[in-house]
Amino acid sequence: MVSEGSSFVKGMSMGGLFCLVVSLLSGLSPSPKTSTEEHHHHHHVKAPSKDELKELSNAHIQELSKQVQVYCVVMVQPKLIVYWAAALDTWSKHCDKSVFYTSEESKALEAVDLNEKDEWARLRKALKHAYENAGDLRWFFLAQPTTFAIIENLKYLVLTKDPSEPFYLGNVMKSGELEYVDYESGIVLSYEALKRLVHVFQDEEKCPERGNALWKMDDDKQLAECLKYTGVFAENGEDTHGKGLFNSKSVHTLISDSMKANPNNVLEGCCSDMAVTFTGMSPGQMQVMMFGVYRLRPYGHDFHDVLAFYPPEGSNND
Amino acid sequence: MTRRMRPNLSYLTFTSGMMVGFQLLRFLLDLNVSQEQVTYFERGVERNVRQEAERQQHHQTANHTTRILCWIMTGPKNLESRTKYIKDTWANRCNKVLYISSVKTDFPTVGLNVSEGRENLYWKTIRAFQYIHQHHLEEADWFLKADDDTFVIVENLRHTLYKYDTEKPLYFGRRFAPFINQGYMSGGAGYVLSKEALRRFVKGFSSGKCTHVSNIEDMALGLCMETMKVEPVDSRDIKGRQTFHAYPPEMHLVRQFQRPRPWYLTYEYYTPFEGPDCCSDFAVSFHYISAVQLYVLDYLTYHLRPYGYKYRFNPDKENRSQLIKTT
Repeated sequence: MVSEGSSFVKGMSMGGLFCLVVSLLSGLSPSPKTSTEEHHHHHHVKAPSKDELKELSNAHIQELSKQVQVYCVVMVQPKLIVYWAAALDTWSKHCDKSVFYTSEESKALEAVDLNEKDEWARLRKALKHAYENAGDLRWFFLAQPTTFAIIENLKYLVLTKDPSEPFYLGNVMKSGELEYVDYESGIVLSYEALKRLVHVFQDEEKCPERGNALWKMDDDKQLAECLKYTGVFAENGEDTHGKGLFNSKSVHTLISDSMKANPNNVLEGCCSDMAVTFTGMSPGQMQVMMFGVYRLRPYGHDFHDVLAFYPPEGSNND
Repeated sequence: MTRRMRPNLSYLTFTSGMMVGFQLLRFLLDLNVSQEQVTYFERGVERNVRQEAERQQHHQTANHTTRILCWIMTGPKNLESRTKYIKDTWANRCNKVLYISSVKTDFPTVGLNVSEGRENLYWKTIRAFQYIHQHHLEEADWFLKADDDTFVIVENLRHTLYKYDTEKPLYFGRRFAPFINQGYMSGGAGYVLSKEALRRFVKGFSSGKCTHVSNIEDMALGLCMETMKVEPVDSRDIKGRQTFHAYPPEMHLVRQFQRPRPWYLTYEYYTPFEGPDCCSDFAVSFHYISAVQLYVLDYLTYHLRPYGYKYRFNPDKENRSQLIKTT
């Protein structure tokens, strides 16, 4: 009896020790699922807190708001025409400059036709074009028209970050050892990151233009590989509470998931108040988002934000 | 030592000990992460409670209060699938909320002596208003009826009502034109009776001037309102945009190609708009809202916002600048 008991205890302590060792070695977080928790030993970029902002002078804030201008790079194709039209009529109006790059010309809508069939090569050309036409703009937002973005919240996230430092932000995912920013959730690049990227595009060894015909990596993973060579690593964009700001799902899906996972705290357990992107929303839902985000509000709720962003000219759905 | 006699059992206990130890540690590590989540939720709840208190102060300005009693038309079959979510989203923003059903429960629901079913909707409405008149008349200034698939932004309802006198016979909602001369308010979009309107409705039935003329609850109530000389109010905002909506936001907001007015807009008393002018920034209600959509609308209205954005529609600022011009 005693020997069985003692062997049980010995077993238990071995098991516990084994679990600890495994955890430490693999950074295992045995709980679900949010990308912020899985990346506790990865880089995060958090939005500035109220206290951080209070410490800045008005003059400094003015300077920062001028600096934080966004060039949106939207990669479109005629087969996604309804999303293309939706992006044009909704969120992209809030970019300081938005340029649509297409795979081929469309009779219905205008865009920069890069005359390039290969997706990866086209993306490189678009990024190079954006870099060359940046003017004074120092932040770049790369998206597809199936993404919905709130550019003001992107600006808030990077407000106190220096664009002459390399930043590569978004919804960070992992593929084997590689950490990359998910394309569908939107990719943010600072001027310096884009500069290094455009430079490494010239290196056919590190960052080949046509890739390997046999083994084609997804564009977002390719991007991460190339940036790694320049010393730029993916960082997860989060709010002050650590909630991810870039979402690979729609509002509807995220809330539906939260209703199952956190039935007593559906919204608290879900999405950030300062979310930047959502993915997988229909054009109709994007129009609802414009209303819901930029117009619909309860009378009497006022916020004292340190920045002011004004509605775009010639628009009526925001 | 009994090792030589029972080697298998000893091996078995060791192995099960290992498994238990492993799972125990795993569970403990798990717990650490959950703690963070709990702290976050608590902070969030505190923040909301504080904000709520600040907001409540806002509409006690004028000489009167704008207390709203909301009653939700529901039934036993819907409590788990719909009404639960009404309760978890907007209902507690009302000054008082009653869930009206045929059966009394701990939800809590009020059980009226009426059966369930479409044919009994107007009976339920009549009995509900009689019940409220009898038990809750002094607890509120305005009386809202909503369905268990209506989403209501109570602050915006208060904002719509606060400049009116509840002692006048008034009735608000999404005004439909057919069947009744002065029109009637859509049931699904939610409608509001002033205190005097409620008194007249109840008096209409006690005097026999109003009767159960139809099962179509909103239209029948509209007829009683007309009979009792209760005035339907134009609840559109200063830009002519509607506040109460009988359909979900997407149906109103998404402009379609030029075509004859769709069937669901042919009932409209005021010329309807599709596209952004359909709906006021201070919208009061939407209808046919699923459980998930209730949370989505709650999130869009009260949580998700564009940092620093200066809203295009600023009616208060406009009014103030008009004042400056005239003086």
